[in-house]
Amino acid sequence: MMDAKAPAQTYPTGQHPQLVPPATERGIIKWFRERLFNNWYNTVATVIVLYIAYLGLPPLINWLFIDAVWEAKNNKDCWAQGHGACWGFIKNRFLFFMYGFYDIDSIWRPNTAGIMLASVGAIIVFPQTPDIWKRYAAMFLAFVFPWLAVGLLVGPVRFTTWDTTTGQMLTGLACLAAVYFAWRGHQNNDAMKRLFGLSIIYIIAVMVFCTWGLGLPELESRSFGGLLLTLVLAITSISVSLPLGIMLALGRRAHGMPALKYFCIVVIEIFRAVPLITVLFMAVFMIPLFLPQGMSFDDVISALIGMIIFNSCYMAETVRGGLQAIPRGQYEAGDSIGLNFYLSTRLVIMPQALKIVIPGIVSLFIGIFKDSSLVSIIGLFDILNVAKTSITDTKWIGLEWEGYAFVAFLFWIFCFSMSRYSQWLEKRLDRDHKS
Amino acid sequence: MSAKSITRLWYDRKFRRIIIQVVSFAVFLAFVLFIFDNTQTNLKRLNITPGFAFMDDIAGFVAAYPNMNLTGFDVNKSTHLDVFFTGLVNTLLVAVAGIIFATILGFVLGILRLSQNVLISFIAAAWVELMRNVPLLLWILIWYFAVILSLPSVKASISVLDMFYLNQRYFAVPQADFHGSFGLVFGAFIASIVISVGLARWAKKRQEATGQFFPVLYPSLGLIVGLPFLALAVSGFPVTWEIPVLKGFNFRGGVQLPAQYAAMVIALSVYTSAYIAELVRAGILAVNSGQIDAAKAIGLQPGRIMRLVIVPQAMRVIIPPLTSNYLNLTKNTSLAVAIGYLDLVNVFAGVSLMQTGNALEIIMLTMLVYLTLSLIISLFMNYYNKRMAIVER
Repeated sequence: MMDAKAPAQTYPTGQHPQLVPPATERGIIKWFRERLFNNWYNTVATVIVLYIAYLGLPPLINWLFIDAVWEAKNNKDCWAQGHGACWGFIKNRFLFFMYGFYDIDSIWRPNTAGIMLASVGAIIVFPQTPDIWKRYAAMFLAFVFPWLAVGLLVGPVRFTTWDTTTGQMLTGLACLAAVYFAWRGHQNNDAMKRLFGLSIIYIIAVMVFCTWGLGLPELESRSFGGLLLTLVLAITSISVSLPLGIMLALGRRAHGMPALKYFCIVVIEIFRAVPLITVLFMAVFMIPLFLPQGMSFDDVISALIGMIIFNSCYMAETVRGGLQAIPRGQYEAGDSIGLNFYLSTRLVIMPQALKIVIPGIVSLFIGIFKDSSLVSIIGLFDILNVAKTSITDTKWIGLEWEGYAFVAFLFWIFCFSMSRYSQWLEKRLDRDHKS
Repeated sequence: MSAKSITRLWYDRKFRRIIIQVVSFAVFLAFVLFIFDNTQTNLKRLNITPGFAFMDDIAGFVAAYPNMNLTGFDVNKSTHLDVFFTGLVNTLLVAVAGIIFATILGFVLGILRLSQNVLISFIAAAWVELMRNVPLLLWILIWYFAVILSLPSVKASISVLDMFYLNQRYFAVPQADFHGSFGLVFGAFIASIVISVGLARWAKKRQEATGQFFPVLYPSLGLIVGLPFLALAVSGFPVTWEIPVLKGFNFRGGVQLPAQYAAMVIALSVYTSAYIAELVRAGILAVNSGQIDAAKAIGLQPGRIMRLVIVPQAMRVIIPPLTSNYLNLTKNTSLAVAIGYLDLVNVFAGVSLMQTGNALEIIMLTMLVYLTLSLIISLFMNYYNKRMAIVER
């Protein structure tokens, strides 16, 4: 009513001072009016949702935090202490959840590998690091880290061929040939020859390193379990299926090589049409039949082989998407400056194609990470199976919700952060394209 | 042949391509032969007869649910071939129900995510993120072991409207029992659909010719609901609902859906619906806002804008990824083995394999089944997609 008493003022045209909008049209009230109560059915919906939240949230929070029991010796002890979630169960069996049956005195080994991976990975993930660092970090992760990780996690790996005289002689010969090729390639500036020589030297170096295995005592991969096994399966299968997928994708697009092309198409389409669990069954039940007598893989390796074959086919399709997005002119440009297939793929096509599909690869990684839980069906002790066995343990029986909630929480944290990273990356790459 | 001409030959692209293919094919063939040889020795050692003769052996284990036994499975007489078919039927039962529920739930969630109401769109988004970032297998275990197994026992079943009964062993639901002149009702239903299609065609033709609009939707809805109902009334309601009743330790009458089946359908459809919701949202957002402005400019009502402008264009974006989601759902039915639902992988690739040891044949056959299912779904969806695609003139 103040306005009514104030003397009426007139302003010349265009001179009226800027006024604040009415209280209902600004700030939080406007937001509430527009986003929650803009018409009758939205108002009803808001009220119903708020009422359900009022009914449901307090008991949930009570169960999760307020009434929760944080220290307990067994299930009865837990229920005696309170009505909430029994997080004491998780705390008590935390090491089992993380490492399964892995030797507890040796858990510094996976921890070291994990810290190494995380810190070098951080160099690549953060956009501010200089490109040259990223390059070295990527090369370290691709060529050095896998064998360091094998050395740390498993210890020395024995190659039976190593012990025979023929094996040693062949290795020596291969070594000489490799050095010759690498040297000739270096002198003549022949990239193919140099690559061939260097890769043989690399393979031999890896074999020598693996037999030494950092001099640590051997631990069986069968003893891997919990989150450790889940991460090992997921990270190994993604990093092996990336190069295999690239090869399959290139094979599928090979011009003038129909046999190779159709072979790749058949492999990709078959494995994409069947469920992962049948591939895992195949790996566990069929691979033993395929191997010569006396040779066998343990179940972790078999499952890994199945996962790698399966995921390579999905990776191939993702990479093919990137390859198809590269304009024809880029291939022709590569040809016109006289690059052969290998060089034009490595220097011209792949850097562009892979950049486009990075978000796709990240979401594939989320899928692979989630799918790694399927190995619990073939009896490996991944984190899901660890939770299942912990729940059926007589000391902790009846704590399904706590066990599954914890595992779900772990998966959720990993997958959600990866998907957010992928979305952020997509936006960033999109901007790069436009500038 | 001089060294020079060999070098020249090596740099001949055509020749090199042939050589690469021949060499890789030879290596592959050698690998296959090596595996074949090993397999034969191993099979001999393990005393397994290769081939499909085992399919005629009596399996002798329970592989059918009482009310879902569509193949007429008999434990005492059924062979591994029957086990195979029962498993296949059980897989299909989950896949079909899962696809239907996932589609409905997914579309609802996707539309809710686009709601102007922040609370609702937030809840839909949170639900989608919760579902998508936790493995399906874990959801299946949660639904079965934590939710369904915490329901009361059969005797203390939870009753919903005194018609549905939920307990930890099965969900008892009423069963429709048709008798007498039910054919009339069915005929009326078919007739009403035929008439509606005819009406729609006629109305479209007339509108194209004269510009006059004839309402189709409400009359057809009325026909499809009304005509069968009329037929029902005329023939004196020849359908009775058999409502489950607790007698002793079990329910009699109605259909008993096994708890594992319910868990599978719920877990699969809820999980897949999160992915479908994202597709629906992306599809609707992909419709150019200029299209909606144009529709408003020519004076279309909001309902018709939705039906004639937004939905057809959104469907074009939604259908291809929807196909792959249906495929994924069908493939994911194989996770039933984790909770002991008697699907194909569980009974055939699991129990039959353990009994006979014919791993090679059984796994190949199982894979072939999924391959065929995938092929059928993608053929059907490709056909639908072609119909929905833009017809360029």
